[in-house]
Amino acid sequence: MNTNTNTSTTTTKTTPVGEGQLSPHPQPTPITKLRSVSKRRAKLNKILTYAAFVGPALLFFVVIQIIPFFMGIYYSFTSWNGVSSTVEWVGFENFKRIFTNDERFFNSFLFTTKFMFAAVIISNFIGFSLALILNAALKTKNILRTVFFVPNVIGGLLLGFIWQFIFVRGFAAVGDLTNIGFFQLPWLGDATTAFWGIVIVFAWQISGYMMVIYIAALQGVDNSLLEAAKIDGATAFQTLKNIIIPLILPAFTICFFLTIAMAFKIFDLNLSLTGGGPFNSTQSVAINIYQEAFTNNNYGVGSAKAIIFFVIVAIFTTAQVMFTKKREVEA
Amino acid sequence: MGSRYTKKTFALEIVAILLAILFMVPFYFVIVNSLKSFSEILVDAAALPSELLFSNYVKVWDILNFPRPFINSLIITVFSNIGIVIISSMAAWKMVRTPGNFSKILFIFFVSAMVIPFQTVMIPLVKLGGMLGIMNSIPGIIIMYFGFGVPLSLFLYHGFVKTVPVEVEESARIDGCSPFGVFWRIVFPLLKPITVTVVILNTLWIWNDYLLPLLVLQDASLRTIPLATSSFFAQYTKQWDMGLAALVMGITPIIIFFLFLQKHIIKGIASGSIK
Repeated sequence: MNTNTNTSTTTTKTTPVGEGQLSPHPQPTPITKLRSVSKRRAKLNKILTYAAFVGPALLFFVVIQIIPFFMGIYYSFTSWNGVSSTVEWVGFENFKRIFTNDERFFNSFLFTTKFMFAAVIISNFIGFSLALILNAALKTKNILRTVFFVPNVIGGLLLGFIWQFIFVRGFAAVGDLTNIGFFQLPWLGDATTAFWGIVIVFAWQISGYMMVIYIAALQGVDNSLLEAAKIDGATAFQTLKNIIIPLILPAFTICFFLTIAMAFKIFDLNLSLTGGGPFNSTQSVAINIYQEAFTNNNYGVGSAKAIIFFVIVAIFTTAQVMFTKKREVEA
Repeated sequence: MGSRYTKKTFALEIVAILLAILFMVPFYFVIVNSLKSFSEILVDAAALPSELLFSNYVKVWDILNFPRPFINSLIITVFSNIGIVIISSMAAWKMVRTPGNFSKILFIFFVSAMVIPFQTVMIPLVKLGGMLGIMNSIPGIIIMYFGFGVPLSLFLYHGFVKTVPVEVEESARIDGCSPFGVFWRIVFPLLKPITVTVVILNTLWIWNDYLLPLLVLQDASLRTIPLATSSFFAQYTKQWDMGLAALVMGITPIIIFFLFLQKHIIKGIASGSIK
């Protein structure tokens, strides 16, 4: 960029800076040459302005995300331990180890996938139901919307600690008072309750967010269509299934996209609520990668896992968007 | 869906209120028990405290040195936001106003990076951060947030700039305004609605973020609220009397932020995700 600037300033010395194409000054050079020179100047000016506006964003983005991304691909083929300065190339050794000899990673994938399905279905079901309720002409609509949204502004780490208390002490206290079996379960103490514990907290956090998106979509549904359905004698369920849901499918695309991505990448909440336990039964992929790299100091293997994770997240999210988009077109 | 207030609407309203109360129950448990002594929590976590005990808060305030993590979180969130808004609004505007393949490809480049999970870049980022000398420093983590914040923010600005009429900019340019003048004096004020959305989304993310600060900020004096909370819990395991007070303190700032700006936040979230 710099050399370019220098050469052009020497060739166009005669044109005053900033005049560009419209330069009215009489010049000793032939008109055609002048025109092409000032045209080039204008073009260069344009490029420089473009660089000044787009450059900073591009620079930070490339340095912080893109370069580490490619470094990660490189490290996934090495036995780097994060400390030593020599990085040894090991080919596909890390991947081979992950696929053939890493039961814990496999289990964490299984857990994360199961969790994702449960969490996505439940939080969208609750979010959509809340949206349908709040879309009616309720008097307390605004305050209720705020209440349902509040959990979403709290970070996952603090939420996890909060719910650890609720599950261990709160549920036990309610169980003593009411004798309801649900509250007397050994919450977070075994694999099943720990799994559903994380699902419950995730749904509690995310449902309000989904609700806000669904409400915005429901408000865009043309009322005359609903009136017409009513006159034709459609039941509430038929109206919902045949008119409302097809009309707001884009909202479903967004909500599923968001929840799938969030559930699959779960880390903070998982870490503070169960710490991956009991017996690593609720260890998410994100926690597994973190521990591989920063606890076991296997940066090479950790990078390989991170790349596998990326590929799967990319497949999941694009497949889901394509699937729902296709339905949208058909509808 | 009629607008009349019928019996059915009333029943629905009751259901909704009950659900809302159920949603708020965890806060009841946390707040009530943060005001009890440890033995009282063990006896009955559901009961109201026999006397309001504020000593938990006093103790935790000192242990956490609460103003420190609060100010760290605040500085990181505010400056990251300022930087992200400046660089992504400028880039988005120029890209929209310079149609062509280059801008199109660049836009796809930015946006497609949103699929990359943080865990995929975090390991090399620690290494790169060390090489660049931006580890264990607040300006360093702010720079990292610039890089992670750009894709979504640029995407939102990009969508919004397309709806801003170009005529005003053109007349300003003819009047001799420089590109920077045009942008900051004319365009940027028009972008205010989407700037609000961008700031809200980034604030909720950065304020609550745990993993990046965990990787970057090692000094105890640099800890953010989530970091300070987690190291508190690592040290005082199961001491719920103090733990709950720490949690109430930790969530209060962001809840106040939300309650003050709730209208904008809910609107911003809705418009931010629909695009």
